[in-house]
Formats: sequence, C-alpha cells, structure tokens
Amino acid sequence: MARIVMDDLHKVYPGGVKAVTGISLDIADGEMIVLVGPSGCGKSTLLRMVAGLETITGGTLSIGDRVVNTLEPADRDIAMVFQNYALYPHMTVYNNLAYGLRNQGVAKPEIERRVQEAAAMLQIGDYLQRKPRALSGGQRQRVAMGRALVREPSAFLFDEPLSNLDAKLRVQMRVEIRQLQKRLGTTSLYVTHDQLEALTLADRLVVLNAGQIEQVGTPMELYQRPETLFVAGFIGSPAMNMIEMAYLRDRGAAPTTLPGGTDLVGMRPDDMLLTAPAAPHLSLNGRVVLLEPAGAESHIYVSLDGNDQPITVRIPGLPTMNEGDPIPLHVPLEALHPFNTASGRRVSA
Amino acid sequence: MQTKRMTFSSRWLPYALLAPQVLITLVFFVWPASQALWQSMLREDPFGLRSTFVWFRNFERLFADPHYLAAMKTTAIFAVGTTFLAMGVSLLFAVMVNRMLRSREWYTTLLVWPYAVAPAIAGVLWWFMFNTSVGIVPYMLQGFGYDWNHRLDGTDAMILVVIAAAWKQISYNFLFFLAGLQSIPQSLIEAASIDGAGRMKRFWTIVFPLLSPTTFFLMVVNVVYAMFDTFGVIHATTEGGPARATNILVYKVFRDGFVGGNLGSSAAQSVILMAIVIVLTVIQFRWIERRVNY
Repeated sequence: MARIVMDDLHKVYPGGVKAVTGISLDIADGEMIVLVGPSGCGKSTLLRMVAGLETITGGTLSIGDRVVNTLEPADRDIAMVFQNYALYPHMTVYNNLAYGLRNQGVAKPEIERRVQEAAAMLQIGDYLQRKPRALSGGQRQRVAMGRALVREPSAFLFDEPLSNLDAKLRVQMRVEIRQLQKRLGTTSLYVTHDQLEALTLADRLVVLNAGQIEQVGTPMELYQRPETLFVAGFIGSPAMNMIEMAYLRDRGAAPTTLPGGTDLVGMRPDDMLLTAPAAPHLSLNGRVVLLEPAGAESHIYVSLDGNDQPITVRIPGLPTMNEGDPIPLHVPLEALHPFNTASGRRVSA
Repeated sequence: MQTKRMTFSSRWLPYALLAPQVLITLVFFVWPASQALWQSMLREDPFGLRSTFVWFRNFERLFADPHYLAAMKTTAIFAVGTTFLAMGVSLLFAVMVNRMLRSREWYTTLLVWPYAVAPAIAGVLWWFMFNTSVGIVPYMLQGFGYDWNHRLDGTDAMILVVIAAAWKQISYNFLFFLAGLQSIPQSLIEAASIDGAGRMKRFWTIVFPLLSPTTFFLMVVNVVYAMFDTFGVIHATTEGGPARATNILVYKVFRDGFVGGNLGSSAAQSVILMAIVIVLTVIQFRWIERRVNY
C-alpha cells in the first residue's frame, strides 16, 4: 500500500531522444491509474521508470514517502506484470511464484502459504507443478499475476498484460484484474493502448501524448469533457466528430452559445440524433455513405452537405434508411465540445 | 514429418544423383577407416618389410601398456582442463560483450579472429611466449618468484598446452554463447531483477539454466576438439613432453606410428579414438534434444 508521486519526471535517452518530458502525477494509496496513449507516447517508458528498469534522467519519483530514483527495482517494493508474461521457462509454476520470495529470504512455510493462497485466488492450484510451456495463454497470464500477488508489494505495475490474449479472454481477465485490485486495495499503475480497457479499469485515467500528460481524470470526466483535441480524438469509439466553426457559420447553424475563440466543434457520434430533441440544438444535413450494423448498435457514416466531410453517427438498433438517402442530424447544444485549433485545447466560457 | 515420393523418369537417375556423395564418403571416410581397422590387426617387422595378421594382439598390448593408460589419463585431464578453460573464458566474454550496446559488433569481430589462426601457428606463438629463455611469460612469472619451465616440469607443460588449446577454441564458444545470451528475452532478466535477484543471482538462476542447451552442445564440441584437433598445438609447443606429460592420445598415435614405426599399434590406437568419437557423437545427438531445459 503506497502513494506514488511523480514530480516533473524526465527521460532522455543517450541518443537525445526524449521519451518522457515533465510528467507530474500524484497517485493515491489504493488507486488504479491507467496510462493510455498511442504507441510511442512514453507510457511504457514511464511505467518502466517507476519499476526501475529505466533510469530517471530528471525529476523525482517517490513510492510511499521514499524517493526511489536510484533504487534497484528489487528495493522499490513493486511487482510487475509483463506483456509477454516473462515467466521463467525452466521453472515450475510453483517456483515461478516462489522465486521472488526466496530472494527476499522469506521462510519456507510462509512461501508455501502465500503461493497456495495466490494459486487459490487465481485458480491455478492444479498447475503448480507444470512448466509454463504446458500452460495456455490465459493460464500463463494468471501465473504472471500470481507472481506479482505473492510478493504482496506496495504497488502493482501492469505493462499491457492483456494484449496477448484473445478478445474473449481479455474481457474476462480485465474483470478479474479489476476485482482483484479492488479486493486487495493495492495501488496500481496500468499501461494499455486499448481505450476500452482503460475506461473500464481506471479509477483515474491518464492520457499521454508525446511524453506529456494530456489530461488526467476519471474515465467519465475524460469522456464527457475532454480538455484537449488529442483527448477528444483518442477517447471514445467511434471517435468524436470534428466540424469546423466556419462550416457551421456558412450554413447558418453556428450556435451563439459557444464561447469566443472556438473554431472547431466536437460532437460525439452518440449525440448526433436523427430526430430533433426538445432541448436547444443545431441541425445539419447530410447523405448516408455507409451503414454498419454492429449488433446492439449501428454506425452510420454520413457525408455532410456542402463539404463532404465524413461524420460518424451511432444509433441504437438497426438503421431504417438506405445508403445514399439524405439524413438530417440534430445535436443538442449542451453536447457540443468547443475547441481552438491553434492551442489544441478546449475553449471554456 | 511428411515424406515426399519423387518419381524419376529413369530408374538409374536417383542412383546417379546420389553417386558423388556416396563416392566421397567411400573414398575419404569408409576406405581409410577400414584400412585403419585392417591395419590395427597387423604387426610389422622392424624393417617394415613384412606384416603378420595378429588378430587383437595390438589392442591387448595397448591396454596392458602403462604408457597408453597414462596417455588416456593425460588426455582426460587435458580435455577437461581445455574444455573448462575455453568455455569459462568465452562465457565470461560473451556475458560482458552482451552488456555492451554500441561496441558490441566490434568486439565480436575482434574476438573471432583467433579462430582463423592455424593450430600450428598458434602453438608457435605460445611456444615463443612461454619459452623458458626468451619468453615473456616466464620472465614475468619470475617476478612473482615462480620458476616456469615447461620443458622440465610436467604440470607447467600441461598448463601451457591447455592454455594454448583453449585459446584457439574461445572464439567459437564465444559466438555460440553470445547467440545463446541474445536469445534470452530481456523481460526475463527484468522480471528477475524486480523479483529481487542481484546480478550474480540472476546469472546463475535464470541466464545459466536457459543457456544449458548451448552449454551442453559446446561441451561435446570442446571435448571432441581437445581430444582430436589439438595435435598441432601439442606438436608446436611441447611435442608431448616432458616425459610424456602432455602426450595425449592423438599425439601418441603420431609418435608411435610415424616416429616409432609401430604402424599396427598406431592403427589400433586410432581405432580406439574412432570408437570414442562415435560414442561422443551418439551422446550429443541423443541428449541434445532431451537435455533442453524448457
């Protein structure tokens, strides 16, 4: 159990490549923080800096009131789950779990107790005498989790632990990880590029881009009020539609309620309604380009009249129109996200 | 495995295609080997004019000869010493080079050079370096109060040939160890360091076990090398001396046959060596797959 504080962390590689440029983050005890961002945004580097696998070239990192900048990974009291699991192939599952405890000099009966406990928790008790190669992907994932659990560390670090699993198993393990983390109440740092994973797991979500934090907040905060264009485009699937203010003005649809300085307006695909709501709204016209039924919901790709800009609309159920049909769209004014392209940020009133 | 059946237009074509390979095997392997087998059962008169068929007398004599048994023991010590030294040093080099980033390729290239040096030339180099009157090593050892003389002292001589023979093999071992090390995923090392294992602990509990297939392969190769490919090194440095202290089996084959003129005994010795090679090869093929650790 520990609070993790990052203060202006920097990582510059010997070649001069800047991977992390000034990240400050205060992670409360027991919190589940998810780092999300496109590849190359520095999220894995940041996690590895916390783990002690990458040196910190600037700023301070403390775990549980201890500055750990120069401590060896082993002395940081953290456990990590790797993307490829990194199980020791020549050891049985039992020994994989016990390895860290033996290195710490934990007494044998205590090792036995903790391994059995973790194995029971993760339902891998039957495989303790097997070698990793005799396990399926999901079982290996559990062993990797178990290896982190038995250590009873003050923080868990997850480096895209589910990306090697198939879709079904990924959902199942995601739920299990979340349940486990809530039960144990261990501070966790979780790296992923999968935004669904990020939204569902996080107490707080950190969106990284080019080595910097774009926005920190609860998943719903980020979804409902993205502070930057990058977050607006990154969180949410299908991605938020962006329509230029000039276009709205030309069509006489520009709402007067938006703050000055707004030159780009974001609209979530689910906020684009086919029938006009009672609330104040703006209206647009387009033509259906493509229909994409996706089970419980459907995606309609629309080309807006006058500028052919592609727009995505999400509706529940099946669409009633055909490709090529004209389509009216209505967006409640309160669902608009005003942005400024020059600053890349949300414009607040 | 899937077996493919080819159809040839002529019955004789497959045999014709195989012929060169069969011919080479017959001329260069089967024929000399059977010659050795035949000769090992012959006995020449002192002038080399007549030979008598003596069945297994040559072998009987060999195993009753204390010099031959001593040569076996010498060979064992030499082979074990050379293998350990060559593998230990090359593993150390491989581990060190593996930790480098930018200069890795340079070092790898440089470390491979010794392998290109002919054994006899390597032997001469060592002969000069260890020469009791002009060599630099005895001169330096004298500074520590050690009187090096491999021409009088059997242990010194053994150390010399072991060093000379091992030096030659280090490049080869190094390449294999380096490749082995590079095939170990970095994340395993990282996981172990998070699991609280220090550098030495990581090496002995993670890296070394994962290298075991490479190590085992190299062990067989090195033993074979030390036993059969070191004639040049011995010949150029100690010539089997002093007092047969470095007279390993292959060297004894040469001495007894070409210097001593006892061709029958020499042939019998090479037959025994052949048997040893066959056994080692079988061990290698049998275990190389089974001994893989994961």
